Amino acid sequence: MTALIDLPAEEPALQAPKSKKKTGGSLGKYLAIRFVLIFPTIFILVTMVFFLMRLTGDPITAALGGRLPADQLAIRIHEAGYDRPLFIQYFEYLGQIATGNFGRTISDNLLISDMLATYGSATLELAINSLVVALLIGIPLGMLAAYKRDKWQDAIARVLAIAFYATPVFFAGLILKLIFSIWLGWFPVAGRGTTSTEIFMAQLESPSGIYWLDALRSGNMNAFWDVVQHSILPATALGLLTAGIFLRLVRTNMIGTLSRDYVEAGRSRGVSEFRLITKHAYKPALIPIITVMGLQIALLLGGAVLTETTFEWKGLGFQLAQYLTARDFVAVQGIVVLLAVIVAVTNFIVDVIAALIDPRVRY
Amino acid sequence: MESKKSLFSRLPVISQLKKSMGLQRGMLVTGIVLTLIFLLTAALAPLIAPFGPTQRFDETQAAPSSVHLWGTTAGGYDVLSRTIWGAQTAVFVIVIAVALSIFIGVILGLLSGYLGGWLDRILVVVADAIYAFPTLLLAMVMSIALTQGSSDMWAGIFAAAISITVVFIPQYFRVIRAETIRLKAEPFVESAIVVGASTVRIMARHIFKNATRTLPLIFTLNASEAILTLAGLGFLGFGIEPSSAAEWGYDLNHAQSDATAGIWWTGVFPGAAIVMTVLGLTLLGESMNDLNDPRLRGRKKTKKNAAKKQEELVEA
Repeated sequence: MTALIDLPAEEPALQAPKSKKKTGGSLGKYLAIRFVLIFPTIFILVTMVFFLMRLTGDPITAALGGRLPADQLAIRIHEAGYDRPLFIQYFEYLGQIATGNFGRTISDNLLISDMLATYGSATLELAINSLVVALLIGIPLGMLAAYKRDKWQDAIARVLAIAFYATPVFFAGLILKLIFSIWLGWFPVAGRGTTSTEIFMAQLESPSGIYWLDALRSGNMNAFWDVVQHSILPATALGLLTAGIFLRLVRTNMIGTLSRDYVEAGRSRGVSEFRLITKHAYKPALIPIITVMGLQIALLLGGAVLTETTFEWKGLGFQLAQYLTARDFVAVQGIVVLLAVIVAVTNFIVDVIAALIDPRVRY
Repeated sequence: MESKKSLFSRLPVISQLKKSMGLQRGMLVTGIVLTLIFLLTAALAPLIAPFGPTQRFDETQAAPSSVHLWGTTAGGYDVLSRTIWGAQTAVFVIVIAVALSIFIGVILGLLSGYLGGWLDRILVVVADAIYAFPTLLLAMVMSIALTQGSSDMWAGIFAAAISITVVFIPQYFRVIRAETIRLKAEPFVESAIVVGASTVRIMARHIFKNATRTLPLIFTLNASEAILTLAGLGFLGFGIEPSSAAEWGYDLNHAQSDATAGIWWTGVFPGAAIVMTVLGLTLLGESMNDLNDPRLRGRKKTKKNAAKKQEELVEA
């Protein structure tokens, strides 16, 4: 979450000498190395979480401790194989992962792949919604701040950006709930839909898991409206956090492009100020913006955990907290593997985009 | 070492205050004021707070009144006192977490950057993996591994601090490693090698002193992140137990259900405390960052560097 430090413009140039030593030239080789680096990232995180989780105790004691006598507890632990040496369990788990078998959750006996698909789509929906909010707020405000640099509009936008960052999503969620659900009564307090919508969603054939998409596809406008109402507050709470970062990114990069000669040239040819900002200065500024946005995925995932808990949005983050409390290692490891893959692959894609756009990076 | 560091971190604030003007000065001053309020509240908590952090009352969820200025929670805690004591908990956790991560991060960064080789490669890959992963999620797993059944205040504070440390180490590691690699090629290091200084001496004296210049800045920015992580952990129930110390995040967790019933005072005050503290620290760190005009800083540094270099050459 180091999102707040403005990336200086010379960042790619700074990285250049570092990667120069490693790769030695061609784009293909650079990308191949970046791709191979995905695997140690995942492997390290899986290993860390495996051993950390084993330190926490075992799921059987967490679930039944106190209700069963110690000897029966020991028998159950033995049956599940949790009393074997750690390294044997570790290599067994690595072997399972390598064959794509992640096992079943201990606490509610779901296939890990099913669990990830069900809750992952909920998190994906939240992430998409909040990204829309963040872009709608962050980009126009960032443009305004850059254009009115050092004027009061800029001051307000920058203070807003820091305030968005300084507000934890659960506090933003609490305030939003108090104002819009309790006092104004506009939106529901929590959940992804009313009970009838949830039932409707469960009956759909081959659902995508993204509620508003499913509702639109089935043509059930009542359900769609209900889902939208439930989505607005969580998306705003999480979106504001990211909006602050987008605002600063757009501002910093647009200040750079706005001072370019071609913008001045456009102005002298009578191009409207609005067009200058939205076309001439904004488009070239997009490249660094996209790469840094990609790196915000970790922040978004971290924020999603808090948002989901605040709004009882049954996604990966909400479940992760539940599974951690139940010491369900299999489930926690499954979620961590998925998140590690998402983060590593996103970083790889960002690297690829950066290398394709900016030749300095890959030398 | 200690006194030097505090002097070092205090001086920049003053010099930047002189450099600043207009909006930037406003932001810097706001940052300084908010941070001072936070630190003073933490230090003077026993004097200001009307009640103890874990003192319970019979009136639960009572609205703000003359006895309980900010009302009471469902657990019968006084909101005002909990919020004040929460500042103290936050300071403890920040100091421990940031000190530990600087300590470990700097050592690893120096070793990795100076020695290079396979150690460097492994450390870089591990640090990158941890750095890329959502900090809060890793801190959650860490804290649950650390706090099994421990419930007293210091155990909770240490568990939270160590969980935050693990995710912060890579940040310091990266900065120090990059600086070390840059400094390794500087003439004063090469001359030290020629003169026959040992590897440990070069790392400890020549590189360490020069590589740690940017740390006060990262410290300020990280302190605000540490507060957010601590509050996030507390909110999810993986932080400090409410019966052992006051912690803003945990109080906000309980306030969620109060909010549904329209009880606003249990959540708004600790939440506002988090926002004000993070805002203050961020404004402070940010304005210092902005005011350090790279060209201006560069010139200053070379002067200092030159003086240092001379000293070191004489010493060596």
